[in-house]
Amino acid sequence: MIRVQQEDFDVSREIASLRAGDLSIGGICSFIGTVRELSGGAAISSMTLEHYPGMTERALSDIEAQACARWPLSGCLIIHRYGKLEPGDQIVLVVTASAHRQAAFDACQFLIDWLKTKAPFWKLEAGTDGADKHWVEANGSDTLAANRWDDTQDKT
Amino acid sequence: MKLVYFAWVREKVGKSGEDVSPPPTVETVTQLIDWLIAQGDNYRVAFGDMKIIRVAVNQQYVTTDTPVQPGDEVAFFPPVTGG
Repeated sequence: MIRVQQEDFDVSREIASLRAGDLSIGGICSFIGTVRELSGGAAISSMTLEHYPGMTERALSDIEAQACARWPLSGCLIIHRYGKLEPGDQIVLVVTASAHRQAAFDACQFLIDWLKTKAPFWKLEAGTDGADKHWVEANGSDTLAANRWDDTQDKT
Repeated sequence: MKLVYFAWVREKVGKSGEDVSPPPTVETVTQLIDWLIAQGDNYRVAFGDMKIIRVAVNQQYVTTDTPVQPGDEVAFFPPVTGG
């Protein structure tokens, strides 16, 4: 399941809902991305996430389907927020559930690595004086992290 | 053809989207960009460095040699920074 929303999410409730009634699950892995107070050493006061409505939902659904085809998942959830966020706020949640932990770990990592390089979101950071706004630049190490999934076909 | 712009591409172009009717000689994304650049300096500035422009046609990532046609939704944006 994927959700693109402005409002915050409750991790416990989301996990409980994902695993409800499914006793085949033996391991659940979650990743929560949060807003850091520092960007390149400078304090930020807020971050505004813009996205491409329509393509975002389509892209997230596609990658979720790929993860489900690649690993034996009993459940999968991606929530990505947009709009104005402050340091400490939750940005993104990825939850994967499987009979065994390895598939859950790998699928979760695959999903977040992919999200960082392909999901159409852009971060605009504002400095503490409010005046200095700048678009966050893409990070080369994120691309490398995502690329490693192109040539590994391990299934657990 | 519907064009949409995001993040600093939107800021540099000066609008979030527009409907355009390029001439029939515009058959690919590259030709569309060249045509846009001829329409004004805002496009010239926005598309000044194609290494940092990503393109989607009908909400799918494409390369700049991809064909475009009337009715398509073409999006231009910087490399993404979500997650």
